[in-house]
Amino acid sequence: MSGAALEVRGLAKAFVLHVQGGVRLAVLDGVSLAVRPGECVVLADPSGAGKSTLLRSIYGNYLVRDGQVLIRHRERVVDMVGAPPRLVLDVRRHTLGYVSQFLRVIPRVPTELVVAGPLRARGVEAEAALGRARAMLERLRIPERLWALSPVTFSGGEQQRVNVARVFVAEYPVLLLDEPTASLDAASRLAVVELIREARGRGAAVLGIVHDAQVRAEVATHVRTLAATEAA
Amino acid sequence: MSATVDDRPLLSVRGLGKRYGTQVGCRDVGFDLWPGEVLGVVGESGSGKTTVLDCLSGRVTADGGQVAYTKADGSVVDVRRLDEAARRRLLRTEWGLVHQHAREGLRMNVSAGANVGERLMALGARHYGRVRARALDWLARVEIGESRIDDLPETFSGGMQQRLQIARNLVTEPRVVLMDEPTGGLDVSVQARLLDLLRGLVEDLGLSAVIVTHDLAVARLLAHRLLVMRGGEVVESGLTDQVLDDPQHPYAQLLVSSVLQP
Repeated sequence: MSGAALEVRGLAKAFVLHVQGGVRLAVLDGVSLAVRPGECVVLADPSGAGKSTLLRSIYGNYLVRDGQVLIRHRERVVDMVGAPPRLVLDVRRHTLGYVSQFLRVIPRVPTELVVAGPLRARGVEAEAALGRARAMLERLRIPERLWALSPVTFSGGEQQRVNVARVFVAEYPVLLLDEPTASLDAASRLAVVELIREARGRGAAVLGIVHDAQVRAEVATHVRTLAATEAA
Repeated sequence: MSATVDDRPLLSVRGLGKRYGTQVGCRDVGFDLWPGEVLGVVGESGSGKTTVLDCLSGRVTADGGQVAYTKADGSVVDVRRLDEAARRRLLRTEWGLVHQHAREGLRMNVSAGANVGERLMALGARHYGRVRARALDWLARVEIGESRIDDLPETFSGGMQQRLQIARNLVTEPRVVLMDEPTGGLDVSVQARLLDLLRGLVEDLGLSAVIVTHDLAVARLLAHRLLVMRGGEVVESGLTDQVLDDPQHPYAQLLVSSVLQP
């Protein structure tokens, strides 16, 4: 994988729904793509094409049996397909960040600790992690009076920004972004756009799903469709 | 693998089996538990998950299998072959055992402070002031106020009793903690608080734990990896979020799809 930080080769993903009569849904078939440091590849297919499935398959959230997901991790290349769970967790802790469309947290944990979590998991000292978390919350325009509260009761847009904050605070070398600006107001959208551009600037490889045409134009270095990557 | 990923599992279980007459308690259960890892064991009542935990702790004698444990001094022992005294010593020192019903894990006729201090004293701590100070420190960590140290556990709520049981187990800084439905039977608000506490302790102390639960939401928030059990056997295992979001086995799919999403 010369030069790429993330490379997908011939990835296929199907779901067999045993509870619903054993229906087999083939979602991805032979997807190949590569993202180099500093690039932001945006997937531009319509809804239902399998874009989120691809991101989840890369992250190891969906089980993949066919194909390769190669990630440059700690100065070597890891194939996430078939990797033991604790290696996948190590990749997630240090290399691969994923902004999902949902925020899942332990109830009652303050927002600032949720955002500091990825740094703490990596061994960053508590005060330092908290400081960086607060700075990120400020950039994403979450009012300070909310930092000590659990995000469980926040609005959709606020939860989305907390989700973005806890991924970008950790400065992962490879980022998967699933609609990071959906349901955000213009000012917050701009803050996220700046974060993505900064990430690219420090050499992060970004693979994203962005429907908003303006945001896409501001962050993407390449626009691809799954159909094209499957044909390739 | 990388430098921060240890090379040897703390616990390596193979072929663990237990029959109760003609009934299968568990059959051919195997897994590795790595340092700092939380393993969730999920399944419905009667799936054998508690039997597995009981076989590990020795509360129930397994019919066959191996439970290899790497001790703090680096030596490896088969826990199933330890004599009773050695097994009890292990459970008091390097292992902790948190029961679903706190009263099974507590001494109800001595004070909260004594419940926590007792394990320290069993390990040879003799200085009363120091034992009391450590007990107080641990009560604070599980959010039990200083004023309650001399009270009997009987006077505590269910959630407090469970937190006291956790303090009693963790005060000796065990390396492996076995937990049976640690949030079972508690009100949801109390559950959330306990989850938060457990997760913090696991992270801060680098604990390894095996947590048996029928609650998939609890498993998602606490466990790195899951075993799904049915009829005494492990039908699926893997990363927690992968097993819950993309289960492969028909039973695992049924289990996940049957949960009400609040």
